[in-house]
Amino acid sequence: MLEAIVFYTLAAFVLGFGVLVITARNTVHSVLFLVANFLCVAVMYVALAAEFLAVIQVLVYAGGIVVLYLFVVMLVNLKAIPEAHMDPRRRSRLGFIVASAILLEVSAILVYAARRADAMPLPAGGGDGTPMTGNTEIVGWLLYTDYLIPFELASMLLLVAMIGAIILARREA
Amino acid sequence: MHLHGTALWTLHPALCTLHYPMIETYVIPLLKILVLLNAVLVAVTYMVLLERKVIAWVQVRLGPMRVGPHGVLQPIADAIKLLLKEDITPARADRFVFTLAPIVSMVPALIAFAVIPFDSEITLFGYRIALFVADVNVGLLYIVAATSISVYGIILAGYASNSKFPLLAGLRASAQLISYEIAITMILVSIVATAGTLSMVGIVKAQLEAGVWYAFIQPVAFVTLFIGGLAETNRAPFDLPEAEQELTGGFHTEYSGMRFALFFLAEYANMIVVSAVATTLFLGGWLRPFPNVEALSFLGFVPGWMWFLLKTFVFLYVFIWIRATLPRYRYDQLMRLGWKVLIPLALANLVVTGIVKVLL
Amino acid sequence: MPDSIFETSELVINMGPQHPSTHGVLRVVLRLDGERVISADVVIGYLHRGIEKLCEQRDWMQIVLITDRMDYIAAASNNLGYCETVEKLMSLEVPKRARYIRTVLAELQRIASHCLWLGTHAMDIGAMTVFLYAFRERELILDLFEEYCGARLTYNAMRIGGLPLDIPPGWDAKVRAFCDILDTKVNEYEELLTHNRIWRERTRDVGIISGQDAIAIGLSGPALRGSGVPRDIRKDEPYAAYADFEFNVPIGWTGDTYDRYLVRLEEFRQSVRIIRQALDGLPEGPIIGKVPRLIKPPAGETYHAIESPKGEIGYFIVSDGKSNTPYRFRVRPPSFCNLQALPRLVKGHLVADVVALIGSIDIVLGEVDR
Repeated sequence: MLEAIVFYTLAAFVLGFGVLVITARNTVHSVLFLVANFLCVAVMYVALAAEFLAVIQVLVYAGGIVVLYLFVVMLVNLKAIPEAHMDPRRRSRLGFIVASAILLEVSAILVYAARRADAMPLPAGGGDGTPMTGNTEIVGWLLYTDYLIPFELASMLLLVAMIGAIILARREA
Repeated sequence: MHLHGTALWTLHPALCTLHYPMIETYVIPLLKILVLLNAVLVAVTYMVLLERKVIAWVQVRLGPMRVGPHGVLQPIADAIKLLLKEDITPARADRFVFTLAPIVSMVPALIAFAVIPFDSEITLFGYRIALFVADVNVGLLYIVAATSISVYGIILAGYASNSKFPLLAGLRASAQLISYEIAITMILVSIVATAGTLSMVGIVKAQLEAGVWYAFIQPVAFVTLFIGGLAETNRAPFDLPEAEQELTGGFHTEYSGMRFALFFLAEYANMIVVSAVATTLFLGGWLRPFPNVEALSFLGFVPGWMWFLLKTFVFLYVFIWIRATLPRYRYDQLMRLGWKVLIPLALANLVVTGIVKVLL
Repeated sequence: MPDSIFETSELVINMGPQHPSTHGVLRVVLRLDGERVISADVVIGYLHRGIEKLCEQRDWMQIVLITDRMDYIAAASNNLGYCETVEKLMSLEVPKRARYIRTVLAELQRIASHCLWLGTHAMDIGAMTVFLYAFRERELILDLFEEYCGARLTYNAMRIGGLPLDIPPGWDAKVRAFCDILDTKVNEYEELLTHNRIWRERTRDVGIISGQDAIAIGLSGPALRGSGVPRDIRKDEPYAAYADFEFNVPIGWTGDTYDRYLVRLEEFRQSVRIIRQALDGLPEGPIIGKVPRLIKPPAGETYHAIESPKGEIGYFIVSDGKSNTPYRFRVRPPSFCNLQALPRLVKGHLVADVVALIGSIDIVLGEVDR
């Protein structure tokens, strides 16, 4: 009962902030609502007993990535909202059809996934009997053993992005 | 979802065994929060006086002496003055964000105190109370997350002032904060590797088991964390973004009155958080010196929380001492120090810690 | 990367005239490219009081009062320069005792001026404690002067032909005590700054000017000597009693801010040396020479320069022999000429260095604007 109340309140906040992100007139307000959205999602993670994910969500996403969004927004300094609906090249009917098709497909996948009885179980303990007590330990164990290659690939991707940004921004002195 | 279970794991396990569950689950935590918040706010206000006095004594002066005996009531006078000041908002500034910025600066510093352990357990009126608000099992990460939210306060302050100089200064200051966050987080990872747990209480207990404060096992980490902490809190020698001698007044140029005061109280609160974290991680938190040596058990007469406060105070004193003594770094030198010196040091420390942990 | 994709525009920042770090009412208009200074335009004149014109309407004795207000940090040096110029014009001889005491006063002024320079320069770079330590020593000097002539800042301490006042009894013992104190204090400043890594990073290789460029621009004083040019008027064309004393003139190597800092720091020690020698060898005798009641220099013009703490301060005085006032009174202020180097020094540096460089040149606006 308590769980349901908490979940629905949080979900309302998350969705509400999400809508505000899109509809805010001021770009900076939009980014701030995004931060609020992420914080609410972090609280949902806590409610799911995934406390490591919650903290990482705040630390990395809200505290790092959105800060960079803010930098860009402030430096680019958008004053006027682009009047997209006046663009003569828009094909709204085609866009609407494509969007509904994708929505149908996504819903189908969700329904199918919910119907499957056997969800993949998480390993309760590590391979060699290391005591797994919390979310952090489980995530850490999986990340560095079963999912090591994707982890390293993601790091490489980040490194390439960083180097690219440095090269782009570097001035020929 | 076991929500009921997660509501209770935020409290100390021992409390579940007491007689009156209502008091334990609701009243005591609320009281703890109230006491802690008030204590922190008073401490932060009196940090102003402490800083003025210490810097004055270093500079062969006396500092505030008039308001109250030896200036003891000075912070109260300052607070009253700031509250009575005219509330100026720059024209065409974003009012909502302008007011939000100091709040976003202050609140994360305050909530970080929730996981700082002042002592393990004391007995008060027949209740065993643990002197921390919550023992979160990702406590250390929680503190880092809170400090990374406080970066928003600076950026928003710079933006909301609707003037190019505070904006640029705010962006610079936040770039500094983000860069040093990386070094600090890596140091914290070395400590977590040494202690084996992310929980603040767990780290102190690990030091008790090891019998020695981590400052002696991880000296490089200690120094690096301290330097990183200086940079994170925008303190000298890393306070270029808010220095008055520079061209632009910094991100708080357009702020006056209580909003301005909130920024500086937030800075002091951050200082106290960094000192408390350094104390917990490296100086054994509430443990007395040489916690495992029986011969010195007479030191146990001093309660744990007093040791904790003493150690935190030492850190705060060193913060102020450094501000009085050292010149300040230029911005590019500051960033170079963060990226090219501290991060490699922190990484190297992490690697060495890993090797040592595996070999021993 | 072609530059057209990332267009950056120049930012123009105005620094001053009201600013905590411009040491007076100085305005510097900076053009920045990001953080780097492309050019700096120095706007002066905010403290112009028409001193040169004023002096044309004062008689020769009254001008001493006005010269105090030019370099108000080292007022007695201004007095000395002016009195010596008129003495040169009138071919007056100043008695030895007066010359020795004048030297002591001038060297005390050098120490006082350098104390203020050190305090403000260090504070601009962030070491705020040195400001208070340096002013503590400056207060001692001001006390000495107050005992000597009654004033702390604008002394009117010299007359054409000598001095109006002899030193009070016990004054020279106090000066000696001060010299002993200063020796230990200069070591304190060195400990705090000279080997401090942050200080070195802020001042090394900042604002380098070569000796040739320095001479071409017209720098003088410690700013010139920091670039390796061994020019000191006290040695090259001795005035007052400097020919009788032994002292060294510190010269820098690279011409950066750090060298200028070291030069001035060493000048503290050399000034103390001179003061001690002067007090040791202080002869008895009159303190003012044979000066006519009404001072009226013969018609002619002369230029005489002395080494003030900021550099070469020169007086060009034209007398028409008839009136009580000079026909033309022109000062060559060291700060004005040194300030010309600022645009060249700051080019290519960061904004934070501009403040350090203004402090490194050591200007006083009273002199720049007159």
